[in-house]
Order: sequence, then structure tokens, then C-alpha cells
Amino acid sequence: MTATEPVISDDKPAQGTEPLLDVRDLKMYFPVKSAGVIRRTVGHVQAVDGINFQVAPGGALGLVGESGCGKSTTGRLITRLYKPTGGSIHFEGQDIAKIRGSNLKPLRRDVQMIFQDPYSSLNPRHTVGSIIGAPLAIHNVVPKKQILPRVQELLEIVGLNPEHYNRYPHEFSGGQRQRIGIARALTLRPKLLVADEPVSALDVSIQAQVVNLLHEIQDEFNVAFLFIAHDLAVVRHFCPEVAVMYLGKIVEIGERDRIYEHAHHPYTQALLSAVPDVKQAQIGGRRERIRLQGDVPSPIDPPSGCRFRTRCPIAQDICAAVEPPLLQIGKRHKVACHFAGEIGRHPAEPLTPSLMGVDHKGEQVGGGAHPELDLVTGSGYADKWYDVDNRRMVDGGGSV
Amino acid sequence: MDKFLVVDDLKVHFPTVDGVVKATDGLSFELERGKTLGIVGESGSGKSVSSSAILGLHRGTNAQVSGRILLEDVDLLTLTNEEMRQRRGRDVSMIFQDPLSALHPYYTVGNQIAEAYLVHHNVSKKAARKRVVEMLDLVGIPQPDRRVDDYPHQFSGGMRQRAMIAMALINDPTLVIADEPTTALDVTVQAQILDLLQTLQREFNTAVIIITHDLGVVAEMADDVLVMYAGRAVEYGAAKEILTHPEMPYTWGLLSSVPDLMADPTEKLVPIPGAPPSLVNLPPGCPFSPRCRHKDKVPGDLCTTALPELTPGTRGEGHLKRCHLANPDEIYHEEVAS
Repeated sequence: MTATEPVISDDKPAQGTEPLLDVRDLKMYFPVKSAGVIRRTVGHVQAVDGINFQVAPGGALGLVGESGCGKSTTGRLITRLYKPTGGSIHFEGQDIAKIRGSNLKPLRRDVQMIFQDPYSSLNPRHTVGSIIGAPLAIHNVVPKKQILPRVQELLEIVGLNPEHYNRYPHEFSGGQRQRIGIARALTLRPKLLVADEPVSALDVSIQAQVVNLLHEIQDEFNVAFLFIAHDLAVVRHFCPEVAVMYLGKIVEIGERDRIYEHAHHPYTQALLSAVPDVKQAQIGGRRERIRLQGDVPSPIDPPSGCRFRTRCPIAQDICAAVEPPLLQIGKRHKVACHFAGEIGRHPAEPLTPSLMGVDHKGEQVGGGAHPELDLVTGSGYADKWYDVDNRRMVDGGGSV
Repeated sequence: MDKFLVVDDLKVHFPTVDGVVKATDGLSFELERGKTLGIVGESGSGKSVSSSAILGLHRGTNAQVSGRILLEDVDLLTLTNEEMRQRRGRDVSMIFQDPLSALHPYYTVGNQIAEAYLVHHNVSKKAARKRVVEMLDLVGIPQPDRRVDDYPHQFSGGMRQRAMIAMALINDPTLVIADEPTTALDVTVQAQILDLLQTLQREFNTAVIIITHDLGVVAEMADDVLVMYAGRAVEYGAAKEILTHPEMPYTWGLLSSVPDLMADPTEKLVPIPGAPPSLVNLPPGCPFSPRCRHKDKVPGDLCTTALPELTPGTRGEGHLKRCHLANPDEIYHEEVAS
């Protein structure tokens, strides 16, 4: 097993380069309307509630979580299919959260989406050529005569026969259709691809083909990925960096190795332990599972404090009173838990009170939040972080 | 009576204008009570068609079903429709993949489960309702006496699948067929449902056929594994044996094309090239040969001319495989698994 060694730092640009995508405090609340003639707003579905993350140029961030956790909504906010309720989305330095109308058009060239269902995301009445060529015509990228050669070139890139440009989607299998969807997303040479469950509708043998194709595309075109999936093994394979979402919040984010081998959040640990794994079973039957009781609570009325506390095996009083901050606990690792620790080694006393200026029950005490807490908010990673084992801030400048 | 369920040379053919679709073509397997058989394969490999044949769901369609399906020494294929109807749901029941489309949106969950009970038991509605509440409690629905009057849309995905399981088990069937029971669910809920199935299986000594494309699920649940390709069994044996010493390149492909949580993440996945063949017009010889990376290791053009028989593997009688390779175990451990 080589996975315990730090992985993939070479295919990420050096620290300090501008992130391609910088998301801060992003919120999406969908209004819930009452029945009847006067449809008053009676509440909000807090689908995404204040998330921060960055994606480097050519990088790949995986978003995982159960259904209803807001991962797809996040993808649609980044592509601006939805207008966010709050927060900012900086793409190449420009805030795209509030622009509207025709100003969005240049963004569409740079940010494209691959959809989950290759059956419903292709228009059955258009030929493959017109589906893939449409973005070229809309954005006037190339003269009309050159559209067909470009389409054929794209078909070849995604591993389809270029002669099939005049066929219709129904003539292709599921895996081939997903390739068409990928070709369409690639047409405008985007800088960021939002892939929303790109392989979950495909057969296992075809999944690997598509994942490998996405890898090749990333290498060849240096395109960054926001990879949304519920399959933890696929995300681990594709993304050097992973964010775990629960009920509209990011509960843990970090490098692949930190998330999969050194998860500090009980939810991440539960998710990982629930994955049925062939190799595990080959070695010696099933491993110990952390059972999560019940279902995800309603995002209309989420639990107070930590949203995971209602299903958390280690929750205490403070979890209901105070929401844990997304605390940086390693060079590239953040976790939002009062009792963050590796599996079986969660501390008995909460970590956060001294940082947040509260006591162990979550009551405010004098002094307020620790000034160093500022270091652990924000969308990127700081040079200083909180050392969970030794309970102090450490400077990562050279000591790591 | 030696074996509980024996399926012998089962064939399900669908005549169409393009030719005969041989969805299942000569499938044989056995299952004992209390044991679980996992049937694995891609979509269109005939997994679901074979198991719906056991339930007699192809009656009244234009399907041509032949062979024998012996359940406790009674051939289900020779029963009349009425006899089959009496067994369906009582002796053999099914858990479907998508609980939202398998449950009727206009009826309460309780009514739908009670219907399954009332068909086979001459009891009052009140008694049936009591039994339904009992079952909902057993499958872990909180406040079952209240939730019994809910409609399917008021249930979450995991709860709907639990309700489906309650419906399938309410008549204490001896054989349960679970067709992709967790594919539509999140991993955490999947873990809950698989645990529940195992607990109930132990309690009632039920035989379970679990149809899935997820080898991880098979590894956790199944005692025996049957790998299907293009309507035929290509590998069959004890789960542990098949997963550690597979002898058929298709099984190898399935194993190496899924990433797992312990592999090196930077390693490339090895997909199975190409796509499954059309069932109307199968390639000559071994139907997997056009996608097989190892056919050059078989002398001559055997793979493209002769269909290999399902024969015992190199490691003993309990392991059947359909492949011409002479030393598959060596090739697997030297070239594929490493």
C-alpha cells in the first residue's frame, strides 16, 4: 500500500499562485412557498450555507457527500446556473456571483459542465455534430465552415469515430453519450469543468474508460475540475484535493491523503467506513463500520450548532450550542469539528473553546474569539495552523 | 430434497423483429437456505431477466422461457398461472431497485404492504395492519404506528427501501431476490440497508439472490458469486474464491476497473475496452473475446470460433469458469493483480 505517502504535490502549481476559482462564504437559499393563492415565503432550504474553497488552475477538487448535502447546488452556482443568495465566487480574480445577463456570456466559455445523465442531457432531435458545434456557433469562435472540422477533432479526442457527427444521440450507448457530453463541454476550451456525477450513471466497466478520458483531458488541456460525486473511491482516484459536505456546509477539506487516511471529522470517517470494498473483503471480511443512524435532517430547519450533531456518535453539549469553525489543522487540511481527531482518537475535551472564546458548554466567556481564529477562516490555506495533538498554533513556514 | 433452489439450463429468449434476443442463455445455479448468491454483470448481461424468470414475471409476455427452476423440488416453470400467483410474494419475493417507482404514489405505504399480506392470508384488515406495523418496526422505521399511514413521498430514499424490504418479507418468504437493492442509495444508507438484509436473513433463514454491479456489495454480502456476461454464466463459485482467484478475464476487468480505497490513487484504472455486445447478434466463439486483452495467449483462433464450456477452474471443482486460458490463475496474479 503506497497511499500513505504524501501524494500529488507535483501536479499542483506552486504555493502562492492565484487560484483559478476562489469561493467565499457562498450561500444559496431556496425559498419555500406556502400553498394557496398568495404564496408567501414560509422558510428557506439552506442548500448551501457559507462554504469556502479554492481550485487551482489545472487542479481538481472533489466534492463528496450524501444526496441533499448541496454538492450539486454548489456546482450549479459555480457555473452560474443559479444566482447565489450571498457570498462571492472569484473566477480568475473577477467576482462572478453577481454579474447577470449578457455579461455572463464570456464566463460560459471558461466554465463548462458535464452532466450526470447522458440520456437527458443531450437533445434527442439534434445530431451529435450540432450538439458539439453549438457552442462554437453561439460564441462565434470559428467561421461556420470550420465548425465541422473542429467537431470531428473533438470527437476524436473523446474517443469517438469522427465520421459519426451526423448521427443522433439514441444511436450511441450510455458511455458513448457521456463522451459526447464531454466533447461538448470541451468545445470552447474551458478553464474549469464542473463535472456533476459524470460516471455514476454508467456501468462499472465503462466508468473506468470515462474516468481515464477525463484524466487525459486534464493533462492535455490543463483544465481544472470541480468533481462532484458520491462515490468516494472514484473521487479519491481523480482528485488530489477533496471537500466533504454535509447539509450545506463543508465539514472537512484537504489533500486526498489527509482526507482518506487521516480523516478528523466523524462524518468523513463514517462515510469512508460505509464504502463496501472488494480489497478489504479479500483480506479479511468486512471492517468495523461506523453506523450513522437515521437520515440527513431537513435543510429547511437544520440543527443548531454543528449540523451533524444529531447523527454524530461523539456529540456533546457544545455541539448544539456553537457551530464549529472550519479550522485548519494541517498544511492543507481543514476540519469543522469541536472534537476533531483521527478515528478512535477523538479528544475528550473540545478543541475549540479557547479559540472561540466560549466555555466547554458553548457559553460565551470574556475576551471573545481568539485573534488567531482569523487565520483559520478564508478560502485558502494559511501558513499557520492549529496543531490538534498539541493544542497550539504552529507555524508551518519551515517546520513541516 | 437436497438443494433448496436449483436453476438448470434456464433460457429466456425474446423474439423481436431484429431476431431473437437471448437475454439468458443456459444459466444454471444452486442456492441453499440461509445463503446469499450474488449475481454480477453489466447492464444487459441478463441478471435481472433471469431472476424475474424465477418469479414467473415473464408469463403473459412474448418471452420464451425454458429449462427448469426447482424450488424445493417443484418446477416453477410447470406451474399454472394461478399456482404461481400463490407462491409469488409468499415463497419468493423481490426487492426492486428504485423504491420510488416501485411504490404506488396514491396509496399509503401501510396499505401497499398490507395488500401483500392480505393476498396470501385470510385475516382482517386490522390484523394485517398490526402485522405491517410490526414489519415496519422490524426494518427500523421510527414510529411505525404513525408512519404506516404516510405516503411514499413522505419517506426518504432509505426509508422507502426499508418499506420495500418490509413488503418483501411480510409473508416470511423462503427466497428473496434483491435487484440492485442499494444502487439508488447513498453509501451510509446502503450500509444500513445491507446490514438490515443480513440481520433479517439470519433471523428467518432466507435464501437471498442479490443482483448488483458493485463487486464491493458482493464481497460483503454474498457466499457465492455468479458472474454473467451476454446472458451466460462466465464464472461461478464461492465469493472468496472468485474475488481472490478469478479465472476469467471479464471478472478481472470488473475487478480492475473500479477504483478502491486502498489502491494507489495515481495509478491508472484499467477499463474493459469496448462495449457489451448486442444480444441479437453475439460474436462467434467466446462473446467476450472482442474485448478480451488475453485472447492472444490462447493457441489458434479458439476464442473467436469455439464457445468455451463452463468447466472447473484450475483450483478445483467448486470454481467454474468459461474461458479457454490454460493457466488463468498465474496470468491473473502475475499480470493483472500486480
